[in-house]
Amino acid sequence: MAVASAHRTGMTKREKRNQVVGLLFVSPWMLGFLLFAVYPLIAAVYYSMTNFDFIRVPKFVGLSNYVRLFTNDPDFWTVIYNTFYYVLLAVPLGVTVAFLVANLLNGPIRGRSAFRGIIYIPAIVPAMCTAIVWLFLLNVQYGAINGLLKTLGLSTIPFLSSPSLSKPSLIMIYIWLQGAAVTTFLAALQEVPKSLYEAAMIDGATAFRKFWHVTIPLCTPVILFNLIMGFIFAFQEFTVPWMLTAGGPMKSTELYAINLYRNGFIQLSMGKASAMAWILFLIIMVFSALMFRTSARWVYYGGEK
Amino acid sequence: MTTASQSAPAAKNVPSDRAGAEKRKRSTMNLLAAFATYTILLVLAFTWAFPLFWAVSSALKTDPQIYTVPPIWFPNPPQWNNFYDGWTRYNFTLAAFNSVFRYSLPVTFFTVVSCTLVAYGFSKIQWRGREALFWICLATMMLPWQVTMVPLFITYKNLGWINSYLPLVVPSLFGNAFFVFMLRQFFLTIPEELSDAARIDGASELGILWRLIVPLSTPALAVVALFRFLASWNDYLGPLIYLNKENLYPLALGIERLRLTATGMGTSALAYPHLMAVSTIVALPIIIIFFFAQRTFIEGISTTGLKG
Repeated sequence: MAVASAHRTGMTKREKRNQVVGLLFVSPWMLGFLLFAVYPLIAAVYYSMTNFDFIRVPKFVGLSNYVRLFTNDPDFWTVIYNTFYYVLLAVPLGVTVAFLVANLLNGPIRGRSAFRGIIYIPAIVPAMCTAIVWLFLLNVQYGAINGLLKTLGLSTIPFLSSPSLSKPSLIMIYIWLQGAAVTTFLAALQEVPKSLYEAAMIDGATAFRKFWHVTIPLCTPVILFNLIMGFIFAFQEFTVPWMLTAGGPMKSTELYAINLYRNGFIQLSMGKASAMAWILFLIIMVFSALMFRTSARWVYYGGEK
Repeated sequence: MTTASQSAPAAKNVPSDRAGAEKRKRSTMNLLAAFATYTILLVLAFTWAFPLFWAVSSALKTDPQIYTVPPIWFPNPPQWNNFYDGWTRYNFTLAAFNSVFRYSLPVTFFTVVSCTLVAYGFSKIQWRGREALFWICLATMMLPWQVTMVPLFITYKNLGWINSYLPLVVPSLFGNAFFVFMLRQFFLTIPEELSDAARIDGASELGILWRLIVPLSTPALAVVALFRFLASWNDYLGPLIYLNKENLYPLALGIERLRLTATGMGTSALAYPHLMAVSTIVALPIIIIFFFAQRTFIEGISTTGLKG
């Protein structure tokens, strides 16, 4: 009946009704946005300007949390260095390996879905389970890899107990967990029109040139997507490094999220943790913006826009 | 790389003797390429699968066998009872109950319902400001959890929600940007004429959503349910922050507790094989779900990647 009356009085009533109903449908998200994004964002600014430990009342200290982090904190620059080392190596390497593996799987391969499954499963299994397995593989005393090295009469490799190897070891595990990226790349590769490869072949292009001039350009949107998602998540990486090394040895794997958790929830310096959280947010925003800005130069959008 | 080398119609116009030589050259090349590809793939598959094999192998050992050099690949006899002993000794039945009924199932259900409603409002109804709000919704995906973590923790603490599942479950009532985005993209592919016809028949928007859109969107809804279930099953940091009573621990924290016990007790306590056995059991449902829902997984992850 509402529809009938709307017809008689014209579109405005219908539009008004749509406005109300539409807003009602998205109201859960709007409410959630206010409660779980806007409020905490603003509150985080406030808390970052206080000293707060749950015992005493928050005490306003201005910008001193930020100033102290940048000028007078024994760990902050180490943490920044560790995080950038980890993120800038792990993400591009992960994307590269995933892309190459996807290309291998995209060939005329028997058992493709079995291979894809084997590579994808580690990415969906609980992170604490995979972390524990890697502990069993990489440990100096009882790890399988070092056990094998000892059997062969070689010297052991302190994957997780040496400050110079701990970050590369974590990066290796990160790459092992890139099954989801392999799957997205494989889907993208199957969208590449066969006619382009045929045209390239008639022109006498080698396999490498086909890969370089057809495959890569057509996959750049997915490469960009995986890079940006990878950067956003890698900056916040917590579970696997926390369970494997918990920041050690000698703070060599004290990544940003680990240090933030330590400051906030172990040492209960909620003000300092909030300041760190805001700095991280800015880093991620600047990073994503840079990626988008440069993407116009190297991402190919198949003539859609 | 080896993609197009299989079909070789290019040799058609060349004189026949040269074509023959070309063809032979091509087929040996193909054979070599195939050999190289399979070798690399098998090495990769082995590398990727080895940690999983090692998990099961370690779970079947006695404690001293964990430390043996050379490493024991196939423990004989396999200690199958490690699975049962590890699971019961550290009360993982309670942890599994917490994980499934207090966390994963409620969160999955609420996420599917709330995201369906919100995605419908963002795709099937025309209203002013819709696109702008949707962009804001997308932008929230970039917000790191650390930024909201501290203020939310303080709020939950003031509400007395610490040591309950409320901080983990309640937010799922309010939609999730990522899943809203996925469902919206799917809803947009459903022709508008269908909804319009239903509207002329006098159906309400909720009726259209429930009787028309939802039945047509079961694959997309399955993806949302699957990924949300997985995320909660695998969640470690959320429970770590909000739960510190042992009887509330989900599986993730149960494993963490066992790991700390194992590192603390060292040898002779069987804690390491138990730890590995329990980790294997916790990972197993995910692997089983993967085999049964492989297509859903692959489609879900592919579409999300491509639309980005």
